[in-house]
Formats: sequence, C-alpha cells, structure tokens
Amino acid sequence: MQTYKAPLRDMQFVIHELHDSAKLTTMKGFEEVTPDLIDSILEEAAKFAESVLLPINASGDEQGCTYENGVVRTPAGFKPAYDAFRESGWTAIAADPAFGGQGLPEVVSKQVEEMLCSTNLSFSLYPGLTHGAYQAILDHASEELKQLYLPKMVDGTWSGTMCLTESHCGTDLGLLRTKAVPQPDATYKITGSKIFITAGEHDLTQNIIHLVLARLPDAPPGVKGISLFLVPKFIPDASGEPGMRNGVLCTAIEHKMGIKASSTCQMSFDDATGWLVGEPHKGLRAMFTMMNSERLSIGVQGLGIAEAAYQSAVFYAKDRIQGRSPSGTKSPGQAADPILVHPDVRRMLMTIRAYAEGCRALGGWVAQQLDQVVHADDPAVREAAEDFTALMTPIVKALFTDIGFDMASLGMQVYGGHGYVRDHGMEQYVRDARIAMIYEGTNGIQAMDLVARKLGAQDGRLLTRFFEPVAAFLAANRDDPNRDDSSLGGPSLGGMARALGHAFDTLKTTTAHITAAGQRDPEEPGAAAADYLRLFGLVALGFMWVRSAQVAQRKLPTANGDARFYQAKLHTAQFFMDRLLPQTAALAATIQSGKGSMMEMAEEMF
Amino acid sequence: MKILVPVKRVVDYNVKVRVKADGTGVETSGVKMSMNPFDEISIEEAVRLKEKGVATEVIAVSMGVAACAETIRTALAMGADRGILVESAVELQPLAVAKLMKALVDKEQPQLVILGKQAIDDDMNATGQMLAALLGWPQGTFASKIEISGDGISVTREIDGGLETLALTLPAIVTSDLRLNEPRYASLPNIMKARKKPIETMKPEDLGVDPTPRLTLVSVAEPPKRQAGKKVGSVAELVSKLRTEAKVI
Ligand SMILES: Cc1cc2nc3c(=O)[nH]c(=O)nc-3n(C[C@H](O)[C@H](O)[C@H](O)COP(=O)(O)OP(=O)(O)OC[C@H]3O[C@@H](n4cnc5c(N)ncnc54)[C@H](O)[C@@H]3O)c2cc1C
Ligand SMILES: Cc1cc2nc3c(=O)[nH]c(=O)nc-3n(C[C@H](O)[C@H](O)[C@H](O)COP(=O)(O)OP(=O)(O)OC[C@H]3O[C@@H](n4cnc5c(N)ncnc54)[C@H](O)[C@@H]3O)c2cc1C
Repeated sequence: MQTYKAPLRDMQFVIHELHDSAKLTTMKGFEEVTPDLIDSILEEAAKFAESVLLPINASGDEQGCTYENGVVRTPAGFKPAYDAFRESGWTAIAADPAFGGQGLPEVVSKQVEEMLCSTNLSFSLYPGLTHGAYQAILDHASEELKQLYLPKMVDGTWSGTMCLTESHCGTDLGLLRTKAVPQPDATYKITGSKIFITAGEHDLTQNIIHLVLARLPDAPPGVKGISLFLVPKFIPDASGEPGMRNGVLCTAIEHKMGIKASSTCQMSFDDATGWLVGEPHKGLRAMFTMMNSERLSIGVQGLGIAEAAYQSAVFYAKDRIQGRSPSGTKSPGQAADPILVHPDVRRMLMTIRAYAEGCRALGGWVAQQLDQVVHADDPAVREAAEDFTALMTPIVKALFTDIGFDMASLGMQVYGGHGYVRDHGMEQYVRDARIAMIYEGTNGIQAMDLVARKLGAQDGRLLTRFFEPVAAFLAANRDDPNRDDSSLGGPSLGGMARALGHAFDTLKTTTAHITAAGQRDPEEPGAAAADYLRLFGLVALGFMWVRSAQVAQRKLPTANGDARFYQAKLHTAQFFMDRLLPQTAALAATIQSGKGSMMEMAEEMF
Repeated sequence: MKILVPVKRVVDYNVKVRVKADGTGVETSGVKMSMNPFDEISIEEAVRLKEKGVATEVIAVSMGVAACAETIRTALAMGADRGILVESAVELQPLAVAKLMKALVDKEQPQLVILGKQAIDDDMNATGQMLAALLGWPQGTFASKIEISGDGISVTREIDGGLETLALTLPAIVTSDLRLNEPRYASLPNIMKARKKPIETMKPEDLGVDPTPRLTLVSVAEPPKRQAGKKVGSVAELVSKLRTEAKVI
C-alpha cells in the first residue's frame, strides 16, 4: 500500500542539527527564517502532501492524461488539488518577494519538494517546471516581461515550460532547428516543433508560458547560435489577462512508462509570437543559469521516491508473515513470522533507508550552499559556495536518481509478487522513478560533466571545496582515541571515520588516475565517468553519515524520548559504512582497468 | 464579537503512544505533538465566523509548557488574531483549565467560547461543561452545526439516536464535534504572518487561579494483550465451549 508520512524528524535533523539552520537568520533576506518557522512550514506542507497529493497518486497513474483536439486533460482530482496548492501559496515558496514570492531558502523549499515527489511525482512537475521558467525570466528577461508574467507565475495562476528538445536533438542542442524571425514591433515569429515538453498543455492554469530555444536568421551554427524566447499560449491583453490565442499547439502527448499524470507534449509553433529573453545567441546560457538548483530538484525526485518506497516496504514487512526466523520462531501465535525478521529483508530495508537518509543529508548540504551563493555577504564565501554547488550538481542529480530507481525496485522486492502487481502501488514507484535518470541531462551526461568539466575547472579548485572539508573532518576525528568510546551506545565514530578515510583515499588516487589517463587519451574520462561519479557520490554520502553519527552520538546521552531516533541513526550509519561504502573499492578497480575492454571491440561486432 | 478558543497541545493522532516504563503516564518527550483535532475544528469555526463578519476577533489560548506557543502559532496560521499562553509547570486538569478560562473570559469579555468536545489525550470531555457552570452561561455541547443570529445562537448537537437543536442566548459555550466543519490547511503566507501576531504569556497566579491537581493518577498501563484465539471444528463445539469455557450462554 502506498503509505507515507513526511519524515519530519529526519528533515529537522538534517536542516537544524546537521546543517545548522539557526545561522540562516544572520543571512540577508532570511532574518525571519527561524527554526520554529521552518518547522511550521514543513508540518503544513506535510499535511498537504499526505492528505491532498497522496490520495490522487495511484488514481492519477491509472487514468493518465488524455488528449483530444489539442486539449489535454489531467486525471480526476488534479485540478482541485492544484487549485488548493496554489491557494495555499506553495507555488510561491522559493520565489522573489518582489513578485509575490515568500523568498524562503533552498534548504527549506527542497524539503517541501521532497514531500511532493514522495506523494505525487507527476503533480510536482507542474509547479516544478513553472519555477524553472520563472527563474529564467527573473534572471534574464526585460523588466516589462517580468512585471507582466512573474506575479501570475509565482501565484500559480499561470504555469511555465522549458522547450528545448526536438525529435532529432536531445542531448546535443547544437542541432536544434526551431526558427525565430524578428518583427518590426520587436517581437519574433517562432516556428518549429518541440517534443517531450513537460506540462506543454494541460487544464490546470489559465495560461501557459513557454520558454523556447530557437535560432535567429543570423545565428552561428551549433550551441553558440541559440536564443531564448518567451512564448505565451494566450498573449496577455492590455489589462494583463489572457487574450488572443498564440500560434502554439499541442499536437499529441506521449504514452510513457511512468509519471503518467504529467503531460509530456509534442508542441508545434507556427509563427507564434515570442519575446526575446536575454541576449541574442546566448539562450543556452540563460536557460541554464539556475541549472544547479534545477538539477538538485531532479535529484530530490529520486530521494522522494526512495523515501516513499521505504515507508511502504517497512509497512509491509511488519505485516506480511512468511517463513520463520533462522534464529527461532518470533511470533509463536501466528502461522509464520513477519518477514521483517529475515536478514535478507533487513538488507533491503536498511539499504533503502541508508541511501534515503544519506541523500537527504547530502541534498541539504548542497541546498545550504545554494543559499550561500545568493545570500552570503562575503564574496569569498559566495565563490566557495558557487564552486561547491557546481561540483556537486552532477553528482546529486545522477547519484540520487540512480538510487531512487534502484530503491524503488528494492521496495517492490520486499513485496514479492504483490509488489509486481498493481494493487499495492509499488510498481508505480519503479516506473515513476525511471525518468529522472534521463531528463534534465541524462545521467551519462552528468558523469561527463563531472569528469570532463568540473574536475579540471579552475585548476582543480572546485574539487578542493569538497576535499578540504572532508580532510579537515578526518584529521579531527580519525585518530582521536576517545572517539572509539562506544559506551555512549552505538558504534565507534573513530572506526567510521577510518572507513571513510580509506574510501576518501581511494577517491583521491582515482581522481589523479583519471586526470592523468585523460591527458593520454580523450576517451578514458568518458569510460570512467559513471563509475567515478558513483564513487564520488558514495564518499560524499559516507561523509554525511559519519557527520550524522557524530551529531547523534553527542545528542544521545540527553535525548530522553528521542533516543530511538538517534540510536536508529547510529545503526544506519554503521550499516552504510559496513555494507555500502565498500563498493568504492570495486568501483576504483573498475576505473583502473581503463577503457580497453569496452572500446577495443570493433563496431561491426555489436 | 470576540471569540475565545482554547487549543491543547497533545500527542499527534498518528503517533502510537507508549506507556512510560514506570507507569506514570505515556511517553511524550521526543514524540510528535500537535493541536488537539477537536480544537482545530473550533478554530476553523471561529475563523469562519470572522470571515462572515459575525466575529471581530479570534483569540487562541493554550495552557501548559512553553512549547504550547507552537500550538498557538498553528491556530494563528489558520487565522486566529492573537494568542494567550498560560504557562504552567504543573499538570493542568480540566477543572484548573476551566477556572483559568473563566478568568480569561472575565478579562477578555468574549461573547462565545468554542472548545473541543474532548482532548484526544485524556478524552475527559469535561472542560467545556465545567466552564459553562463556572460562568453560569448556557452550553451547547457536541455541536455539528452552529448559527448565530442577533444575540442568540442555535446549536445542532449530536446525541444518541439523532440530532437535537438548541437555541441559546449569548454569551454561550459551544463544544465542537467532528462534523462541525473540515479544518483548512494553513496557507504559506499565513504561516509567515502568524510569526508576527502577538502572543501574551502569563502564569496561573496572574489570573488568581491555583492549578494544583485535584485528581491523583494512580497508574497507567497498556491494555492486556489479546490472547490467541481458538479454532473450533463445528457449531456444536462452539456452543459447548461458549457454555463450559467462556460461560457466556
Ligand atoms: C517524460 C519526459 C519529459 C521531458 N520533459 C522535457 C521538457 O520539459 N523539456 C525539454 O526540452 N525536454 C524534455 N524531455 C527531453 C529530455 O530532456 C531528453 O530526452 C534528454 O535530454 C535526452 O535526450 P534524447 O532523448 O534525445 O536522448 P539522446 O540525446 O539521443 O541520448 C541517447 C543516449 O546517448 C547518450 N549520449 C548522447 N550524447 C552523448 C555524449 N555526448 N556523450 C555520452 N553519451 C551521450 C545519452 O546519455 C543517452 O543515454 C523530456 C523527456 C521525457 C521522456
Ligand atoms: C506475474 C506473476 C506470475 C506468477 N506466476 C505464478 C505461477 O504460475 N504459479 C504460482 O504458483 N505462482 C506464481 N506467482 C507467484 C510467485 O511465485 C510469488 O509471488 C513468489 O513466490 C513470492 O511469493 P510472495 O509474492 O507471496 O512473496 P513473499 O513470500 O511474501 O515474500 C515477500 C518478501 O519476503 C522475502 N521472504 C519471504 N520469506 C523469506 C525467508 N524465509 N527468508 C528471507 N526472505 C524471505 C521474499 O524474498 C520477498 O522479498 C506469480 C507471481 C507473479 C507476480
């Protein structure tokens, strides 16, 4: 059964205890964001997600979106849910107060996003895309366009899209063909076909604002000749209300594996009126300024699904009786023991839990640094945060979404055959999670971004933004014999720090290896990329786990009723260190083997 | 017209409560706490009356530990105008709460007090009735519908076997039942605004009330575990077991 309660205690742990939310109020723009306020926001968001979005998750999947003559209908219940979402002000959470937003930090809004993704991934995409479009307009459009469009996008009466992909161009946007022709009145006529456009057409909002990549007549070829345009479905009239229908039409929707309640549209632009956003030929850059935040949001989709799968799996594992515990009967009154007693079921549940909580902690760190990029006073702090988020963006996007899919599958496994059939909703998580590995830059492309761009950027300076805090933490904790005191309850911090130290050394030597190999042979980094990203990600999660264990150990002696929470943290930390972090050694060996075994086989042998 | 609404901080209804090892109560530290669901309904009703222009001000009151301020904030985020926190370290039993409420009524002069019919932690179902007696006001308990006209209020109550409608003269006491309304979700802007609304803090002494408990809690224990059932082979065996073992027929 799809069952979900927002993991508020763990979210509070991440935001307050691990990443020190109390500091937020010292930052410009966040003076009022106290821990109490954050808790109220998370609690209310949880109520909304649990009682409005979760009940239409499975039904939305069953019904899907429907298309008829250019009109797209979302499944039953989506329109009222969207209206309630909008009226409750959630569309405005991370937006600029100048346009009606609440201006809350990313560390808060990303946790709210996690709840939306856990309860209804399809639903989350409608406000998600609007926020992306909002951000591009905010950063690059003229003041006039901002005033006209942003307030309605912030309050959610209008939604937004990002139109990049065409049938012949997905990853390689340099191939894109959609044309833009300047008009005497300073507008442009946009003509071309886009595919796979999320929320391109639907019945949730009065107007849909498309951000379209297209080429001007004088554009240089390739990615340097792409410009960004704002193309509304209805052109606002003099009073700013939706007016004349523009030349943009949804010609079909995709039939797809998952996120069936999210419309994925083929869009045809036929002399549609558009407005230039930003400078000519600089559209790609404009579209990607907020990429770091967007990609963390996609990563959060993976995390959200992993959490949902975990909770549903735990529910079932306590309820389903099958077989007896190998160490002797545990429930004599019943025909069999709950499957929670089986070591293999424990393996599955602990794996999902360790990844989900680890990703939440790591996502929280990246979100905190995204806030620093914009709100820190000190330019040096801003620069460090910018480096760090640039480095970690491909990691959180690819790592979290790979994990999200794998954990959805493990959650389904806990249900046995009952997970494979529809009734319990577990197979929906598997199908819904899968897309996040593909869109917003495939995970293969994320890995290439990490090895080919981020590692070498600024002579390796980006890398130091992660390596230095880890090294400093290890230096402080690895050899301190007091840290081995396990009398506090739970495992030894010193032992965990040493395990992290080994994995960190592996990461460092592998990084050096890839850099050297890349100088010899341009194919080597590509051959290593995906495994390297996973290796890096595991070390980052390991760091979060050791830090979490340290906090838990400090708090445990005075935790009273909260003791179980910290004890569970320590158990899960130990599980991560013992049973997941060691994958780093295998990954390093894989990378060291080089490209030979995959590149030497001749093409015709495939 | 002012409306006073007490809101109690209780263990969240989703939490499976655990009895403390020493039997002195249930575990509340580290447990998620929320507003008593019946009080949410009372706040919702009061805020609706304000939105209709019937009420002018909604005051949320909570009593107990300092963390009750968070419960008041929730009420403020739903639309209450201001809060009063009566801080007390001693456990507050219904009579003490009723006396404190009476003192606040004397001070604030509301025309209506809406309470929850009971709190989900102790299920006492007493405070509203006690407050009505202390004030000498009419009471409409277990309300599933209320309507105010002029200086009167009609209260539809859920009673055994049906509904009963009472006409009361204001000022009056109403206690809310589940079907009175469906509480709203606090909107994000209102959550933010709630932080700026005033909460006045006072002590029972400030109100001239001695909150010392009058009831003694002897012990708290889990209900006995259900025994495994027995399967019977036939109706005849069932009847004989009911007669000889269970001795119920
Ligand atoms: C449900 C859904 C929603 C979407 N929403 C949107 C949207 O709102 N807006 C939008 O514009 N697009 C959207 N997309 C499109 C999505 O972003 C693209 O599918 C994605 O960018 C990949 O492009 P492609 O499908 O053309 O695959 P291709 O680019 O053809 O890639 C195929 C494979 O080759 C690999 N590959 C390609 N180039 C390289 C390279 N240089 N190095 C190594 N590997 C490479 C890829 O990693 C991938 O595994 C959506 C897609 C789907 C399915
Ligand atoms: C599409 C489909 C086709 C099928 N076809 C057939 C068919 O033709 N004929 C037929 O008879 N059946 C069929 N089945 C049933 C299938 O074989 C069972 O679903 C499978 O055996 C698992 O049983 P279960 O679903 O009851 O899961 P459970 O046994 O309840 O298992 C739930 C989880 O607990 C774990 N678990 C259970 N016991 C233990 C233990 N002792 N130690 C460790 N872990 C344990 C399992 O590994 C699993 O992860 C089919 C199922 C499906 C979905």
